[in-house]
Amino acid sequence: MRIGVFVCHCGSNIAATVDSAAVAAAARDFDEVVFSTDTMYTCSEPGQTGIIEAIKTHALDGVVVAACSPRMHEPTFRRAVERAGVNRYMVEMANIREHVSWIGKDKEANTNKATELVRMAVEKLRLNRPLFPKTFKATRRVLVIGGGVAGIQTALDCAEAGLEVVMVERESTIGGKMAKLDKTFPTVDCSSCILGPKMVDVAQHPNITLYASAEVEAVSGFVGNFEVTIRKKVTCVDWEKCTGCGLCTEKCPSKKAYNRFDEGVGPTTAINIPFPQAIPKKAVIDKEFCRYFTTGKCGVCAKICPTGAINYEQQEELAQEKVGAIVAATGYDLFDWRAYGEYGAGRYPDVISSLQYERMLSASGPTGGHIKRPSDGKEPKTVVFIQCVGSRDASIGRPYCSGFCCMYTAKQAILTKDHIPDSQSYVFYMDIRAPGKAYDEFTRRAMEEYGAQYVRGRVALIYPKGDKLVVRGTDTLMSSQVEVEADLVVLAAGAEAARNASGLAEKLHISYDTYGFFVEGHPKLRPVETNTAGVFLAGACQGPKDIPSSVAQGSAAAAKVLGLLSKDVLESDPQIAQVTLQRCIGCGKCIRVCPFQAIRETDFRGQRKAEVIEAVCQGCGLCNATCPQGAIQLSHFTDNQVLAEVEALCRC
Amino acid sequence: MSVLEGKERRIIGFLCNWCSYGGADTAGVGRFSQPTDLRIIRVPCSGRINPLFIIKALLSGADGVLVSGCHPRDCHYAEGNFYARRRLEMCKQLLPAVGIDPLRFEYTWVSASEGQRWQQVVTDFTAQIHQLPPALRFSESPDLELLRQCG
Repeated sequence: MRIGVFVCHCGSNIAATVDSAAVAAAARDFDEVVFSTDTMYTCSEPGQTGIIEAIKTHALDGVVVAACSPRMHEPTFRRAVERAGVNRYMVEMANIREHVSWIGKDKEANTNKATELVRMAVEKLRLNRPLFPKTFKATRRVLVIGGGVAGIQTALDCAEAGLEVVMVERESTIGGKMAKLDKTFPTVDCSSCILGPKMVDVAQHPNITLYASAEVEAVSGFVGNFEVTIRKKVTCVDWEKCTGCGLCTEKCPSKKAYNRFDEGVGPTTAINIPFPQAIPKKAVIDKEFCRYFTTGKCGVCAKICPTGAINYEQQEELAQEKVGAIVAATGYDLFDWRAYGEYGAGRYPDVISSLQYERMLSASGPTGGHIKRPSDGKEPKTVVFIQCVGSRDASIGRPYCSGFCCMYTAKQAILTKDHIPDSQSYVFYMDIRAPGKAYDEFTRRAMEEYGAQYVRGRVALIYPKGDKLVVRGTDTLMSSQVEVEADLVVLAAGAEAARNASGLAEKLHISYDTYGFFVEGHPKLRPVETNTAGVFLAGACQGPKDIPSSVAQGSAAAAKVLGLLSKDVLESDPQIAQVTLQRCIGCGKCIRVCPFQAIRETDFRGQRKAEVIEAVCQGCGLCNATCPQGAIQLSHFTDNQVLAEVEALCRC
Repeated sequence: MSVLEGKERRIIGFLCNWCSYGGADTAGVGRFSQPTDLRIIRVPCSGRINPLFIIKALLSGADGVLVSGCHPRDCHYAEGNFYARRRLEMCKQLLPAVGIDPLRFEYTWVSASEGQRWQQVVTDFTAQIHQLPPALRFSESPDLELLRQCG
C-alpha cells in the first residue's frame, strides 16, 4: 500500500499546541507511508486539492488525515479521495484536535500523542479494504411524531411537496402548546387564528394520515425502510362515526373531570372535546371520571349520540405504517413549579402557572377570557409575575435558560393591563433575555407603555395575608428588600423535555441530553439531523424554542426529509458484518445477539452457516465480538484492525 | 517515540462512536483540559469490544484500559451495551486470574453531551493508573528471565 499522511494545522486550533510539521515528519518513517505533509486547513478547497494532487503524483492508495474528529469531517475527506479515484473507505482520520490540541497545552506531550494517533491510523488503514455501497429502494413516506406547531409545519411542507405523511399525536387533538396560548409575542396576534387554519390543512390534506390519541409503540428497520407500530389509545368513542357534534358533552352528568387542555383551570365533562377548534374534532371519554366506569351506571352519552359512536368496550388497537424517514417533534412540557415550596404553588390557589394564566386570558378558555382569582373568582388588581421558575437554577437541576419565558411574561403583563386597565403588574426577573426581531422593543413596551414594574431579583417567599399574597423578594439594583401584596401570582415555569421523551429516544435510537432533550447531529451545522440516519428533529424537543424558531425548524426538517427521499434509491453503508464461510461452524450465536435480525441461517452444501442480510445490518459489530470462531467480521472494524491499533500503541 | 517517559503512562481507551467518542469530542470542543496519557480507539459500539482486546492490550504493556459506551438503555444499536456490560464486568472479574491488577481496567458510560463527565472520567482514571506501578513490558518480565535461565 502507498499511504499519504496529511497533518492539519486547523489555523491555530491544532498548531498552537501541536507541532504539526514534526508530526508529519515523524509519519514519514511509518510503514508504507510514502508521502507526508502538513497543511493549514486540510478541509478547505486548497487542502482537499492538495490531497487529490498528492494521490495522483505519488500514486497513493490510502490516506490518513490528522485533523479534527472523524464525526466532523470524515465524509468530507471520503468524498475528496473519491474524486481522485481512490475508494472512499481507504481514508482514516487521527483526531488530533478534539482529542489532543484542545484538551491540553503541553506541546511536547501533545505532539507525541498526535504522532502516536497518526501511527495508529496508519496501522488500521493498512488493513482497510475498498468497500462498495449497495443501493436499496426507499419508502417515500414520512412519520411525524407530535402535532404541535413544529410537527404541523413539517407535515404540511412534506405533504405539499408530494410525500405521504403519517402524523402521530398522543393527545386527542393536534395543536400542541400553541393551541393553548391566547396571544403570541411580539405581535400580540391571536394564537388560534394563526394556528387554526394550519390545523385544518393537516386534517384536509389528502397526503396526511393523522393518528390522534395514539403513540409510537415500536420502531424497527432503518433509513428508507422504517416499520412503525402505532398504538391507538382507548377513547371509548368510535371516531369513524363521531361527528364532533358535542351533544354528549352537553348531556354528560360528570361535570368535574380534570381539564387537561385548560391545565386544570375550570373543570370539563368526562366525555369531552378539548376545545372548539380541535382537530380531529372527536369526543374522548376520560375513564377516571366517567360514571359508566366509576359507578357502572350511566350511559347517557351512548343514549344521546345520534350516530351510535360510543363504545365502552373499545380495545387498544395497533396499526402498522411503513415510512422512509421519521421526524420527532414532541415539543416540551412545563417544569413542575411545585418544586419551589417557598412559592406555595399547590397550597395557595392564587399561585398559578403561566400556562394556566394563558388559558384564563383566552376568550375560549374556562373563564371566557376574564382574569379571575381561582380562590374567590374576584378580578385581581395586583398581579406578580415571577420569572425563571425552573430555569437557570442549578439547585433544582435546571441550569439552562428556557429562552421564551421573558417574552411571554412581558406579553402577559401587557395583556393584564388590556384586560384590567386599573391593574398593576410586577415582574421579578434575573435578566431580560429578548434577542429576537422586535423582541427587546416589546419588553420595553411592557415597562414603558403598560407600566409593568420590573424588579431585578429573586423572590424568597410567598405567604398569605388575609385574602392577599405577600411576595417578598430582593431588588438587587436598589439593594433593598421588596414586599408586594398581590392578588394573583403567576409563575413563569420553564420548559423541560416532554414527558417520556427519553422513552421515545430509545425507540428511535437517538441520543438525549441530561435534561431529556434530543441531541442534534451537530450543534451548528446539523441542527435538525440526528446521528441516526433518517431520523430528524423539529421544534422544542431539541431544546426550548419559541414559535418562530419551532416553525423554522419544522420547515428545515421537512427540507432534510425531502432531500433524503428525493432519490428513489438510497445507498447503504457497506461497513457491515461479513461471514467467512470456511470458519463459520453454524452455532447460531450471532443470529441470537443481532439486535436487527440481520443474520439468518442458511444451508451451504448441507452445512448450517450464518448469512448477513446486507440491507438490514447496521454495523454494530455485536456478532463480531460474539463469534467464537472469528468467522463473522465487521468490515472496516475487523478484529485484526482493532488489534493492529492496540499493537501500534503498545509497540516500542 | 511512545508515551513520554516518567510523565505519561500508556492508557488505551475503547470508545463507542455514538456516545462516548462524541462525549470526548464535546469535551474537546468545550476545551475541558485532560491528562495526555489516553489514546482513543474508536469502535462502532461498546458491544463490538471483544474482552480479548482489553487483555491483549494489558498483556502487551498498556498500563490501563478504559472502555466507555452509551448509557444502558440508550444504545444506538438498541442493546449492544447490555452485552458489553456483561462481558466487561466478566473481564474485570477475570483479570486477577491472568495476573493483572483489575484496577488497570475500568468501564463506564458517557453520553455525547457529557463533555464534563468525560473530563472527570479521564482525569480520575489517569490518576488511578498513576497510583499503580508501571506495567511490565513483555521483554522485562521476570518469568521471561527465568525461562531464559532455564535455557
